[in-house]
Amino acid sequence: MVEVGVKLALSLTQIAVVMGVVLLTVMFLTLAERKVLGWMQDRMGPMEVGPYGILQPVADGLKLFFKEDIVPAGANKFLFSMAPLLALVPALIGFAVIPFGPDLTVEVFGVQFKPFVISDINVGILYILAFTSIGAYGIILGGWASNSKYSLLGGLRSAAQVISYELNVGLAIVGVLLLAGSLSLVKITEAQTGWFWNWFIIAPPFPQIFAFVVYVISAVAETNRLPFDLPEAESELVAGFFTEYSGMRFAFFFLAEYANMILVSCIAAALFLGGWNAPAPFLQFHGSLAHLLWLSATIWFAVKVYFFLFLFFWLRATLPRLRYDQLMRFGWKVMLPIALGNILITAIAAYLFPRS
Amino acid sequence: MGLFFFYYLAGVIILTALLVVALRNPIYSVLSLLIMFFHVAGLYVTLHAEFLAAVQVIVYAGAILVLYLFVVMLLNVKREDRYHPQLPIGAFLGLVIVTEVLLLAFQRRESDVPPMPPPGSVAQVVGNTETIGDVLYTTYLFPFEVASLILLVAMIGAIVLAKRDLFEQQ
Repeated sequence: MVEVGVKLALSLTQIAVVMGVVLLTVMFLTLAERKVLGWMQDRMGPMEVGPYGILQPVADGLKLFFKEDIVPAGANKFLFSMAPLLALVPALIGFAVIPFGPDLTVEVFGVQFKPFVISDINVGILYILAFTSIGAYGIILGGWASNSKYSLLGGLRSAAQVISYELNVGLAIVGVLLLAGSLSLVKITEAQTGWFWNWFIIAPPFPQIFAFVVYVISAVAETNRLPFDLPEAESELVAGFFTEYSGMRFAFFFLAEYANMILVSCIAAALFLGGWNAPAPFLQFHGSLAHLLWLSATIWFAVKVYFFLFLFFWLRATLPRLRYDQLMRFGWKVMLPIALGNILITAIAAYLFPRS
Repeated sequence: MGLFFFYYLAGVIILTALLVVALRNPIYSVLSLLIMFFHVAGLYVTLHAEFLAAVQVIVYAGAILVLYLFVVMLLNVKREDRYHPQLPIGAFLGLVIVTEVLLLAFQRRESDVPPMPPPGSVAQVVGNTETIGDVLYTTYLFPFEVASLILLVAMIGAIVLAKRDLFEQQ
């Protein structure tokens, strides 16, 4: 009984820490995005609140918290309040299987405990795919329940877009899974230890560079970010599916979008860029400092994740929005064949030259 | 504990399945179907079939049901169009299924039930996903290929339907 209690306490602590870090990162990202966009467009970004504008996220949060919560006339109240939750929960739940650091096991009060992954389930990556696909419901239902034409159009666009690009995300990942021989993110990361040429993006027998490109583009599309932000295209649809939302419900959609960005960045880092592995073994703490391995490992993981997050901002600052038919044609006629071809060639390569 | 989960999941599955056909608003029907799919996935998890559970959610809840929702919203069907006089067919199909259930329930003897493999046997040693892959490509290769063929036929059918205007012009 004590063991169950300790296990529960440890898991809850872990979940609280991960959620805390994710939400803090979201807070930081809202500022970072505006600063990065500002610099790229040769302006300063937010400068008013706090020194150098660093307290801007706090001000934004307070503002959203105290705003009036409006439910439009004729809206479906139940679904209108459910939709933001349906968008946020799947975005946060995926972090349960992400390995943030080395696969250590420590014993706390006689309970085996892995500090750097909440739950190492054997179908980890499928679990994430399953829950990201549920996130689409939040967007569609939010669009429908608002009783507004713009929202409905945004929701419908999003449904088509998310389904199309989810497929590409799933197929791009298959190549990595073939090489790693496992669906668990912990095992996939472990298969990339050593030097950087073991990372699946360039690993023999067949580098997953094409899959990586397909994954990154599809991930941007799946998170509804520019240049694929058709569901919330402000110059056409006001704000798409969340036109009618205000206050905390709006904040939930916002959080969900940013949490999804972090999640897909974590997956990209873990699958293609070696997760918490350093480019070279001597760049991790080793030898007499081996007990600090977790520190350098989590830093490497964070660096990779932040690289992807920066990429999101970079794309937003440089690319114009696609037209809807271009988006669909690109997804089905360009990305899908590349992803399928990659699976075929990787399977043949993995069969002819098995890894160890 | 396992039994408790089973009865909870089974109860919710039956309830939501009834709601799918009983609710007036098609959007709510789709949502109760979503809840049902999740509980079916939960049932798979209690049977240690994690792969099947994940695929259940990805394929049914994540893709097929989103398309249903899409269609329901896009068509915005009027109430009178939604209900067809299908009671006789429904009653007939229901009767067949009830008969089947009753026959199976009465015929079942304890000796007929294959013994459950002890936990920690095959599936847990090699891993759930590997076991399914192995079985699909050896024991059940033929049904697997037939299923893929049926899906291919459905796909071609969908393309033909979508491109009908193209054929009619010629």
